[in-house]
Amino acid sequence: MNWEVVIGLEIHTQLSTKSKLFSGAAVGFGAEPNTQTTLVDLGMPGALPVFNKEALRMAVMFGHAINAEIGMTSVFARKNYFYPDLPKGYQTSQMDHPIVGKGYLDVMLEDGTTSRVGITRAHLEEDAGKSLHEDFQGMTGIDLNRSSTPLLEIVSEPDIRSAKEAVAYVKMIHSIVTYLGICDGNMAEGSMRCDINLSLRPKGQKEYGTRTEIKNVNSFRFIEKAIYTEIERQADILEDGGRIIQETRLYDPEKNETRSMRSKEDANDYRYFPCPDLLPIVLTQEYVDGIKATLPELPSQKAARFQSEHMLSEYDANVLSSSRAMADYFETANTVVSDAKLTANWVMGELSKLLNQDQLDIENSPVSAQAFGELLVRIKDDTINGKTAKDVFQAMWDGEGSADKIIEAKGLKQVTDTGAIETMIQTILDANAAQVEQYRAADEDKQKKMIGFFVGQVMKASQGKANPGLVNPILVKMLKG
Amino acid sequence: MFEQSISTLAQKLRNKDISSVELTRLFLARIAKLDPQLNSFITVSEQRALEQAAAADILLQSGKGTSLTGIPVAHKDLFCTEGTLTTCGSKMLHNFIPPYESTVTSRIQQAGAVMLGKTNMDEFAMGSSNENSFYGAVKNPWNLDMVPGGSSGGSAAAIAAGLAVAATGTDTGGSIRQPASFCGITGLKPTYGRVSRFGMIAYASSLDQGGPMAKSAEDCAHLMQAMAGFDEKDSTSADKPTDDYLANLNTPLTGLKIGLPKEYFGEGLDSKVADVIMAAVKEFEKLGATVKEISLPNLQLSIPSYYVIAPSEASSNLSRFDGVRFGHRCDDPKDLLDMYTRSRAEGFGTEVQKRIMVGTYALSEGYYDAYYLKAQKIRRLIKEDFVKAFEEVDVIMGPVAPTTAFGLGSKTSDPVAMYLEDIYTLSVNLAGIPAMSVPAGFADGMPVGLQVMGNYFAEAKLLNIAHQYQQHTDWHLQTPTMAKGA
Repeated sequence: MNWEVVIGLEIHTQLSTKSKLFSGAAVGFGAEPNTQTTLVDLGMPGALPVFNKEALRMAVMFGHAINAEIGMTSVFARKNYFYPDLPKGYQTSQMDHPIVGKGYLDVMLEDGTTSRVGITRAHLEEDAGKSLHEDFQGMTGIDLNRSSTPLLEIVSEPDIRSAKEAVAYVKMIHSIVTYLGICDGNMAEGSMRCDINLSLRPKGQKEYGTRTEIKNVNSFRFIEKAIYTEIERQADILEDGGRIIQETRLYDPEKNETRSMRSKEDANDYRYFPCPDLLPIVLTQEYVDGIKATLPELPSQKAARFQSEHMLSEYDANVLSSSRAMADYFETANTVVSDAKLTANWVMGELSKLLNQDQLDIENSPVSAQAFGELLVRIKDDTINGKTAKDVFQAMWDGEGSADKIIEAKGLKQVTDTGAIETMIQTILDANAAQVEQYRAADEDKQKKMIGFFVGQVMKASQGKANPGLVNPILVKMLKG
Repeated sequence: MFEQSISTLAQKLRNKDISSVELTRLFLARIAKLDPQLNSFITVSEQRALEQAAAADILLQSGKGTSLTGIPVAHKDLFCTEGTLTTCGSKMLHNFIPPYESTVTSRIQQAGAVMLGKTNMDEFAMGSSNENSFYGAVKNPWNLDMVPGGSSGGSAAAIAAGLAVAATGTDTGGSIRQPASFCGITGLKPTYGRVSRFGMIAYASSLDQGGPMAKSAEDCAHLMQAMAGFDEKDSTSADKPTDDYLANLNTPLTGLKIGLPKEYFGEGLDSKVADVIMAAVKEFEKLGATVKEISLPNLQLSIPSYYVIAPSEASSNLSRFDGVRFGHRCDDPKDLLDMYTRSRAEGFGTEVQKRIMVGTYALSEGYYDAYYLKAQKIRRLIKEDFVKAFEEVDVIMGPVAPTTAFGLGSKTSDPVAMYLEDIYTLSVNLAGIPAMSVPAGFADGMPVGLQVMGNYFAEAKLLNIAHQYQQHTDWHLQTPTMAKGA
């Protein structure tokens, strides 16, 4: 059977506010357990929530970025369930009236096509604490530092049709929230977590199949792998004539499998109702417009500008604008060298290669964008050729100083004196008289193949410093005799 | 001395006729002697009281302080008090010593008042008779076989018996006004949002409101001066300046338009109570007020609406009592579910469990629209009734409760009869308006309270009306016999 996969994603992004959603406690990762809490986060009797307006600003920013309707009146609701790390016995979230309504994103796929993913809503809610099961001799420890940390839950429509598309969508959300500065995007620390709703249906069928929900997947790679695994699992069941059970599953990256957590029958009735401790948030058009005016250039806008302003290809423009840090790096370096194509190739090529090798983010690149630009200037003005530049860049990476300093110290300056090149070529031709004879006897096609041998000899003799752009025409001329 | 008003006592303290320590000792001695009969206190905080009294005396020595400085008061045991046991009348919190102070008690403390202790109450403020307390029922000082009303029954009984000059209470569906009526004292439920709920253990958050209970309206005004006002820690508190509650007490009532809702005088109202209320209304006419019959047509619907909304909110508010972080935890739980179920089954009393179940049911999938949403719609209708009424009249008067205090145990087996007790008080909470209970006479030897309901934020007006009435009557000055014995 030819199956079509239907995917909808719920992405929890942790907003990078200084304090919590409903208390003045600091938000931070890795503090001693229960040190970042107030009465409110501990769910003490009589403690009351006070809404953090900074989280509101961030949510509205996001709404603008995905072309969404902003909820002019949004309401916090209580989601009631018992769990030891949920101190109040309910999570304060939004149900009927979310802060961000319907929006969409145009997602660029690897094959260059674009697909539109609808976003149903995005709402504010508080995170729960953490249950710690190790080090307590069969007991459970509770850490409430994370309790009441602000989250924006972004819910997509079931518009996604492949694992690749899902990852592209999540990457785009990641890039938007980091561009906006409303989330640090650190997936390893749980700043972005993804729930995957997935079902299969025979290609061409309109009705959705029964779906499963895979909870809390926290890396791009795991999202892709979890989807592949779950597709395979569901397809196997369906092809054996079985039925999919609607349930919540967990993805285990070590075994690369999904496991059942709880079925629909065990699902909680959350008994949502408007939280009586918080007033509805009523926004003015002025406030909403004011936030729109503060929106930075977004990835898609930047990509468009890179194409029109810098004449980059759509692909290059998209790659470079995918993260704000990379785009900034590109633009700073390009200001120095004023050659967008050269800069783009080098950012996406050598720089990305070394960053990957050392597993560094571009923010932590040992070579600054300015220094990187200065290196490119030396390629552009023919001081060094591309091959030498790679060695210079590696030396810069290793902390040996600026491009100019390294070129000077290692004597890597390209030979551009035509007289010197002619002398060098003459020496090579004299030493390879037989090859010269063959060349001269050959037809044009053969000559083209043979020229490489001579170029190689010249470059070798010059220790790579001869300007290849000059060597070629002179060589051809001299070979003609 | 125990019968004196706050103004008089404040003067005596300032004149050094008596010190706050002496006054506090006098009340502590009365509590020791009389409270075994009443059971109005859960905790007597003698040490804290004497320390505060000593501090007040120093302040008074230097001529500083407010009218509450050095005055011994009591707090309903659902206001969290730092370092002092706060039980909410429940076994669930039998061991709960808050590390923080509620805004209300903190403001009263800052005004210099002395806290004698924490008063008994219906568990989690759920009840109209004070029989639902883990710490035992409270008795009515006017007749020890009668209930004091609830849920702030301990505060009402303590004031009536002269065990505290004044006290705090909370009112979710009548919990200040009904016990005030049953015990012959004065109580004010302020506008929702006028008094901060921070540190007040929640029963039904959209209805709960703290307020003063005392012998007179003037004493209530003294407490309101300290209690009322915006609190940034409570998002539902009103960011609106408070009135001077003492300044307008003596404004004459000439031209005051009183509305009498016909629904408050229909079937179910004890005729002797009705007579007392009508006599009180006559008194107001003598003071220059005019009277007009009005209608609050949705009164009957306030009971079903309230008994859906309040339990719904309670079922969620009380989820935090799970045995995990504070309060009662069962012995040797075998797993998480066992810990939850046994801790809660052991910690909560019957009425609390009943309301949690009702609320859980009302919020359940498939029932939410029929119960909770419907109840909210009725709530809006009730509110509109009042808004319309206040276009015609300045205040609304009627009884607080259909009867005087009933016998201990007489209604415990009939929850519907118990819930009907609240018929005249619930709608005020649903609408969020302020209302008072003012002593207006006796029926068969038991006190009767007149309810005075005002428009939003009209607390100063209500206190003025009650004070003027009390300048011309002495019902609020009556003392039960048992109180005179000490």
